[in-house]
Amino acid sequence: MPIVSLKEVAKSYRKGRETIDVLDGIDLDIEEGDFLALMGPSGSGKTTLLNLIGGLDSPTMGSVIVGGQTLGDLSGKALARWRSRNIGFVFQFYNLLPVLNAQRNVELPLLLTNLSGAQRRKNAETALTIVGLGDRASHKPGELSGGQQQRVAIARAIVADPALLVCDEPTGDLDRETAEEILDLLSILNREHGKTVVMVTHDPKAADHASHILHLDKGQLVRQAA
Amino acid sequence: MNALGLVWSNLGRKQARTVLTLLSLLVAFVLFTYLRAVAVAFSSGGFGEAGIDRLVVSPKYSIIDPLPINHQQRIATVPGVGAVTHADWFGGVYQEPRNFFPKFPVDPEGYFGLYSELVIAPEQLAAFRNTRTGAVASAGLAERYGWSIGDRIPIEGDIYPKRDGSRLWEFDLVGIYRGQPDDPDPGVFLFQYDYFDEARQFGHGGVGWFIVRVKDPERASEIASEIDGLFENSINATRTATEDDSQREFAKQFGNIGLITTGILGAVFFTILLLTANTMAQALRERIPELAVLKTFGFTDGTVGSLVLAEAILLCVAGGALGIGLALGTQGAMSVYLEPVIGPINITLPIVAQGLALAAGLGVIVGSVPAFTARRLTIVDALRERQA
Repeated sequence: MPIVSLKEVAKSYRKGRETIDVLDGIDLDIEEGDFLALMGPSGSGKTTLLNLIGGLDSPTMGSVIVGGQTLGDLSGKALARWRSRNIGFVFQFYNLLPVLNAQRNVELPLLLTNLSGAQRRKNAETALTIVGLGDRASHKPGELSGGQQQRVAIARAIVADPALLVCDEPTGDLDRETAEEILDLLSILNREHGKTVVMVTHDPKAADHASHILHLDKGQLVRQAA
Repeated sequence: MNALGLVWSNLGRKQARTVLTLLSLLVAFVLFTYLRAVAVAFSSGGFGEAGIDRLVVSPKYSIIDPLPINHQQRIATVPGVGAVTHADWFGGVYQEPRNFFPKFPVDPEGYFGLYSELVIAPEQLAAFRNTRTGAVASAGLAERYGWSIGDRIPIEGDIYPKRDGSRLWEFDLVGIYRGQPDDPDPGVFLFQYDYFDEARQFGHGGVGWFIVRVKDPERASEIASEIDGLFENSINATRTATEDDSQREFAKQFGNIGLITTGILGAVFFTILLLTANTMAQALRERIPELAVLKTFGFTDGTVGSLVLAEAILLCVAGGALGIGLALGTQGAMSVYLEPVIGPINITLPIVAQGLALAAGLGVIVGSVPAFTARRLTIVDALRERQA
């Protein structure tokens, strides 16, 4: 059974009087443990598709099923709760809170759980150790390099142990060498920790780390490569 | 870290801005605390239990119209009246106008007989009675101006010149009296009415007010009506009230203190409201993507809105608490200047509670729009804004 299943998904936005079709008739299954790269030109709908999979947005038509849950059936509150348990997000610009140190940034998603403060700290330390930043726990984002900040963001994404990681251009703001380190880390999380990874990227070299690559153009899947 | 820690951390984002906002709030709440205390001091008589059996008989129409001293004998005839004495407002300046304290010409025996809570050594009271230019000062006044018994105290009469046209009145300090241990210093300078009446240029035989002790406080209201009834149709009609009520009436002569303080505070807090609301709006604009990221983790719209609201409340309550704390800390020092003018300044628990409630209310007002905006924020739009 696929972990992600999209059926006849369409998404359009209204801009003034104009309707913009971003996705049109997407059918897609992503198997558990897969590492999928979504590629395509700007405006092709990659991020929109990722947002639908992550439960950040809802389709205009069709259904999105993740981990057996039809996301359209959930209320806003229930969807938020579902995201906290099932999805880890990694963004291009890291989006760390500058006032919190690395450990507290990683701890943030756990504030929504019933874990004790000590357990939250312990889990955050473990996540930071997995991404190789156990010794940077007390550093604030401003004291870390771009690559280190992205590692903290990945630690934050995995701290609640979600099955699915959705990554929107995770290496888009990094140099080649650092980007490779981040992609290696995602590969390790995929291979050794069993996380399903869906990654949007413009970069073919980044996409090479994935086990599957999907191309989007004008809101449609145009080519699928293994 | 918990949710409160997250809120607190956010306040440290722009430290200079937070400190400046806190300072503005601090100043506003120092002002609030003192003005409320002043308003309370003006609205309360300040005599409490001690004055429960005392009535004050004042001129009905204006405090500057004197009452004839021979009213005293007629008041004394009213059934239920135990004792009567009189006092007057002298005004006057000691050395310079800022050295303000009340100065009353009185009948020594009668005054200390009626104000039994005032303590004076018998030999000093006798000296007061027997010395034509004698005067007594409260211990607080004596301490403030460094007076001791035997000193000659010069007062410039701004209302009453002397018969010879001179405005210099000189009094010999023959005694120092005190209030009860837990009471504030009375702060009044008392001197011989007989000397004053004889030496003044005009107004002979007039007094400012009478003080009446009633035998039964339960009948105070009835006796007050009887006293006023005695002079109802005379040109020197009276208005008799309990000492506390009379003090309040006197305070009203300065204007509606409550309205004035409310007006000042209204202007101050309106400005603070705009300032703090602008700070919060700015703080929100700067971190819209961060709030969106919190929502991606599963923070609900309501939780994110509550965090923003809590931040505004925390900021205002912290500023308010600092201001109220500073006012409490400086209360003793300020009382030295304010007490002689308006009576004891007491920052009471209700004033502190009102201040904290006001601070929390201010937080709710300034935080509600940003909280609503944060609540309505859609993740996709906010993240797109970050990428643009």
